[in-house]
Amino acid sequence: MITSILTAPRSLGLRQESVLPGFGLTLGLSVTYLSLVVLIPLASILISASGMSWSEFAAAVASPRALAAYRLSLGAAFLAALVNAVFGLLIAWVLVRYDFPGKRLVDGIVDLPFALPTAVAGIALATLYATNGWVGGLLAPLGVKVAFTQMGVVVALVFEGLPFVVRTVQPVLEDLDRTVEEAAASLGAGRAQTFAKVIFPPLIPAALAGFALAFARGLGEYGSVVFIAGNLPMKSEIVPLLIIIQLEQYDYRGATALAAVMLLASFVLLLLINVAQRWSHRRYAQS
Amino acid sequence: MSRIRAIRPFIGAWAAALVLLGFVSTAPADEATLLNVSYDPTRELYQEINAAFQKEWRARTDTTPTIRMSHGGSGKQARAVIDGLAADVVTLALAYDIDEIAARTGLVPSDWQSRLPHNSTPYTSTIVFLVRKGNPKQIRDWDDLVRKDVQVITPNPKTSGGARWNYLAAWGYALDRWHGDEAKAREFVAGIYANVPMLDTGARGATNTFVQRGLGDVLLAWENEAYLSLEAFGRDGFEIVVPSLSIRAEPPVALVAGNAEKHGTTALAQAYLDYLYTPTSQTIAASHYFRPTEPATVPQDLLARFPQVKQFTVDDVFGGWQAAQAKHFADGGIFDQIYATR
Repeated sequence: MITSILTAPRSLGLRQESVLPGFGLTLGLSVTYLSLVVLIPLASILISASGMSWSEFAAAVASPRALAAYRLSLGAAFLAALVNAVFGLLIAWVLVRYDFPGKRLVDGIVDLPFALPTAVAGIALATLYATNGWVGGLLAPLGVKVAFTQMGVVVALVFEGLPFVVRTVQPVLEDLDRTVEEAAASLGAGRAQTFAKVIFPPLIPAALAGFALAFARGLGEYGSVVFIAGNLPMKSEIVPLLIIIQLEQYDYRGATALAAVMLLASFVLLLLINVAQRWSHRRYAQS
Repeated sequence: MSRIRAIRPFIGAWAAALVLLGFVSTAPADEATLLNVSYDPTRELYQEINAAFQKEWRARTDTTPTIRMSHGGSGKQARAVIDGLAADVVTLALAYDIDEIAARTGLVPSDWQSRLPHNSTPYTSTIVFLVRKGNPKQIRDWDDLVRKDVQVITPNPKTSGGARWNYLAAWGYALDRWHGDEAKAREFVAGIYANVPMLDTGARGATNTFVQRGLGDVLLAWENEAYLSLEAFGRDGFEIVVPSLSIRAEPPVALVAGNAEKHGTTALAQAYLDYLYTPTSQTIAASHYFRPTEPATVPQDLLARFPQVKQFTVDDVFGGWQAAQAKHFADGGIFDQIYATR
């Protein structure tokens, strides 16, 4: 292996010589692993969807019911990621900048949504927010219904997505050089100004990354949502549920068609967010 | 040559991965093991039947077969078998799911339903109402389910086999009541679903919603599930209301001949299915509130627990499961239309 790397001709032009050995081996393993774990399963979705004619495909993915589900899935995931971006930033800030008793505990609690089985989360939230639950009971007199409505979907996704923002912003915030803030203060910047012009900009790329992760998770989340959504057709059905329903009808192609649309939508959205993140990184983090 | 060298690491890793995959897929199958793929609420039933069957089989052959169970939503289980779960026998919630296994894999002969007595149904059930103690909303029959002040809990017929029986029971009642007027039946069923605040994906989920989370005024349930709820959560919390007319829910069983042949378990699997019709199994079924199809062999005190219900079958009213599925539950079917026009 090593000799092959040492003697590999430079004229191949595909890679630059590096001082680190093992490039060929590690890249080979990476590509193989990615193929087995990610690309082959995804490709199989596209291949089995490509077996359909265009009219079949259109009928499967553009029915009013599917459109309603896209709207809910995208809208709820976006809203939940937005809420998490704001509050995740706040929590990361509190955890990094202040010392208080029980800080480690709070830090640990942030990860709970990662570890908790999603079905457990869904059942707990549904119980809490149902009209006879603790929170739902308080909201009901105000005419606000959360469980078994579209709001319920957002609540579940906020729960599942929180750690993504906190955990991506936290390390960046820890690495932030305090002397810069001190310099800003000594140069006459007020507290708000220091935050807006010195602290916040370098956090934007991390917050965007956290937002993207939370959003992506929200698009795919099934386990917790089905318990709190109500799952009424045209009203509170998410796309993953619609896919399950297609499978339940033994309509594998319809299911893969929907999956292909979601795959494409997620890819495009994540790409856009990635571009925005790069742009903000160049704009803020390095200035 | 240099090109080959450049991709050699890839080849090596691929080869390693393929070898690994090979190991995973060549696990040997035990001969005296039977896999029964079943649906959700039969857990307790088959635990007892399996133990009895093992004892009986040991007395006859001096060997004790291992019987493994898999439980889940009926449609999901059928799909697992279609996708390669090596079931020797399937005991599912509706004939449609076994039809699909037969049509898609050929592992089950297409005339499977005529190979065992009573349409391959060793036990039946029916759809009843579970209401809260004292029946505060005075729910007596299907007509009460369309009242504006009644919330009905039933799972999604698109994802739950049990829920399809609920839907068809309501439809059959409406057809009977309006002398075959389909438009009336549709209006009636739509009225019931207008009172459904949420659709759980499975029957057990709906039971939990009603019983443990306290949502809704009435749960549409299989009779055996309703009685199980009474036993599990006490008779002070709930009571069962029997409607004037309901459907005969027939959860059928079948030999997955293709798999059993491959495993060399055909004789064992067939004996297991036949055993479901013996007095012992029929009595066990009755004790779990499934209605035995050979009641002559079951003690009277167990039979006396079942209330008298006028029943119709899917074949009578809907012309079989294939027709019912296509008309009501397929994409764009009547169930979809009910929700699309709201």
